[in-house]
Amino acid sequence: MNIDLSAFPTTLDTLHLGLGISAALFLVLFLTKKKAPDHQAPAENENATGEESLEQTVEQPAKEVIQEAPKTVVLKEATPEAALQLLTLLQQDARFIDFIQEDLSGYSDADIGAAARVVHEGSKKTLDTYFTFEAIRSEEEETSISLPEGFNASEVRLTGNVVGQAPFKGTLIHKGWKVSEVKLPKLSAGHDASIVAPAEVEL
Amino acid sequence: MNDTTVNNSQARYSVGIDLGTTHCVLSYLDLTKALEDPTLEPELTIMSIPQLTHAGVIEEKKQLPSFIYMAHESELNEADIALPWNAQPKSIVGSIARELGSKTAIRLVASAKSWLCHSGVDRHSAFLPVASPEEVSKISPLTATYEYLDHLRAAWEHQFPEFPLAEQDVTITIPASFDPAARELTAEAAQRVGFANLTLLEEPQAAVYNWIHASGEAWREQVQVGDIILVVDVGGGTTDLSLIAVIEEEGNLTLNRIAVGEHILLGGDNMDLALAYRVKAKLSAEGKELQGWQIQAISQACRDAKEQLLLDNDIDSVPISVPSRGSKLLGKTLRTELTRNEVREALLEGFFPEVKIDDHPRAVRRGGLTQKGLPYAQDPAVSRHLAAFLSKQVTAADDVLGSASSADNEQGFADPLAGNFAQGGIADFIKPSAILFNGGVLKAPVVSERILTTINQWLEDAGADKARLLADADLDLAVASGASYYGYVKQGQGVRIRGGLASTYYVGIESSMPAIPGMEPPLEALCIAPFGMEEGSETTPSQAEFGLVVGEPVRFRFFGSNTRRHDEAGLQLDHWQEGELEELPELQATLAVEGRRIGDVVPVRLMAKVTEVGTLKLEAIAVNSVDQNGAPERWQIELDVRD
Repeated sequence: MNIDLSAFPTTLDTLHLGLGISAALFLVLFLTKKKAPDHQAPAENENATGEESLEQTVEQPAKEVIQEAPKTVVLKEATPEAALQLLTLLQQDARFIDFIQEDLSGYSDADIGAAARVVHEGSKKTLDTYFTFEAIRSEEEETSISLPEGFNASEVRLTGNVVGQAPFKGTLIHKGWKVSEVKLPKLSAGHDASIVAPAEVEL
Repeated sequence: MNDTTVNNSQARYSVGIDLGTTHCVLSYLDLTKALEDPTLEPELTIMSIPQLTHAGVIEEKKQLPSFIYMAHESELNEADIALPWNAQPKSIVGSIARELGSKTAIRLVASAKSWLCHSGVDRHSAFLPVASPEEVSKISPLTATYEYLDHLRAAWEHQFPEFPLAEQDVTITIPASFDPAARELTAEAAQRVGFANLTLLEEPQAAVYNWIHASGEAWREQVQVGDIILVVDVGGGTTDLSLIAVIEEEGNLTLNRIAVGEHILLGGDNMDLALAYRVKAKLSAEGKELQGWQIQAISQACRDAKEQLLLDNDIDSVPISVPSRGSKLLGKTLRTELTRNEVREALLEGFFPEVKIDDHPRAVRRGGLTQKGLPYAQDPAVSRHLAAFLSKQVTAADDVLGSASSADNEQGFADPLAGNFAQGGIADFIKPSAILFNGGVLKAPVVSERILTTINQWLEDAGADKARLLADADLDLAVASGASYYGYVKQGQGVRIRGGLASTYYVGIESSMPAIPGMEPPLEALCIAPFGMEEGSETTPSQAEFGLVVGEPVRFRFFGSNTRRHDEAGLQLDHWQEGELEELPELQATLAVEGRRIGDVVPVRLMAKVTEVGTLKLEAIAVNSVDQNGAPERWQIELDVRD
């Protein structure tokens, strides 16, 4: 078959008309269907894109997780400020850091005892000043107690032969401690809490 | 009714401030709430005072230590001294000042209150901290007092922004033994803070008000007509004594403050120091020498040990350990112990010995060269000061209870003098029938028991009934609470203690007689303010005339007596018994030159006025010149002479 590429049809036949119409139809369909996802990126502003795509990425796996994997929780991050503040207080009144940083080997028990008194008295003063402690269980330790149904599992830890249903009968090993009040001193905004004991220079 | 509403819109709260030598406490009472139902006992609250405890650390405490630290400019970061209400406070007040000062004493302002009533110094001049190098900036006792009050004001307004403290009904307590100048200075400091409704109240009276409030209506059953209540107040720095008589007026029990003691600089701090030196002696005996900072640390440790040993009865000794200053603790911690016997011996026998009623404090003898320092009591025995006070005030109750009261005490001898001889020369003294304790030191049962036993021994020796103890709680905070309750009493609720001036005041006049070499012209004393003169009253001008020289300060010698109760204003004394009159700081009057020639002499008369605040004002009134309004011209006489 001889194909003459330079030949140009002089009249429009039915076949070509049909082809032309269907091509135009496909083009219209193509443009309307694909427009949304493909054309957005370069055309519209970047912020909107960012948010939307982020939403999608977050939403998608979340939906799947609910159905399949155990629930994840956002972990609370302890602020170092409060911990540093407690260290400062313990160092101030009880010389806590000094004591723990020492190497005990080579010292007599009498020496350690003298230092331990400082640490104990001071720590007690600090704890009594800033925290109010109370025992979780008021019963005597080493006595038998009974736990009703729906007891608070954070307050009471079951150990040993843990079987059966509540009420549970068992021996109170440790009465537990609970802080009912915390009154930590306030820190001024510009205070550097990481300095738990300033160096001291006598002039 | 109208009156109260007006008052309420101005002062919502009655605020009591205990301006102590070592601590300040603020208590308040909601007047609006209390006056709604006067049948209920009003509720008193002690305010928690935010203060720096360490650099950058703010805590709320019930007591504000009365200390100021004059920091070096490179010593503290700006951020570390910020207060909740002020990012850049000018002065460092409270716990942090005491803490910093324990290591750098040359920058610590302490005992400002004792300086405020020390007549040997100019109390307006900036000299605190004493004995510190020149480059340390200094403040006056007056400014220090202002700073404590101002911290309390700021703390108050931080908590109650809608109720400025200056507009509340403020009562500041002062020792009963404060002289007129010290009262005036306290009022001056308070006025500088801006307090508009200010009253000064004697601390022992405040303690009694607190007791009345704490006992509720039951107080009327605990005392009876004819009772003489002795208030013993041993605080951190001072010991203050007062006598209050219970009398009947129109069928009601009334209280009448009949005598106050002298100013005794002796308190709990002396006791901690005494224990610290005892421990020091014990350590030196073991061959361990102590440095200055170690003595500081020991007296802190002794304070804690003392409290334990005086409270619990089954602890025999408390270990005292003083850690090293460096980061190495082991092997460098000094250790010893304080036993119950040592504490009892040092405190009870040293400060509260069982003495006889005629055993009075050793006479104060001062060397020619005295260092500029506080006039601390020379004799540390509180019991001797107590014996001296009761002996001196033997007739104090005669006016209100009738001289029968002292005769009664003599077991029926009609003549008190005869009673004296019959008892073989035992000195006579006023016999209290009830005792109220106040101040942190007396929280220790061992100490309060000892005082009670000693007084009861005196009473027994004299054949009188034993005194009862009036129970009160929270001896640290009682004065502030009593002061805020007093603001409520002033509204016409509850019983009010009658007091007025606790001394009679005199101006010295040199008798006119030819000069004799080697002999001072005899001195006469003109009474210008009588004993018991009440707030808001004034005396009539004296008959005696004085010449004031225009343009130059004229000074008067000034005397007070807390035993001569019957001298009327205008009385001129040409002799008195030794010890009856006590010389106070000189008075000074200056006449402005306006319209007169320098050197002219203006004749004046003197008169006295007790202000509503509770301070004494002396005025000179011109005899023959009047001001624009036609009233005689008046000039204020200054109580605190500035050199």
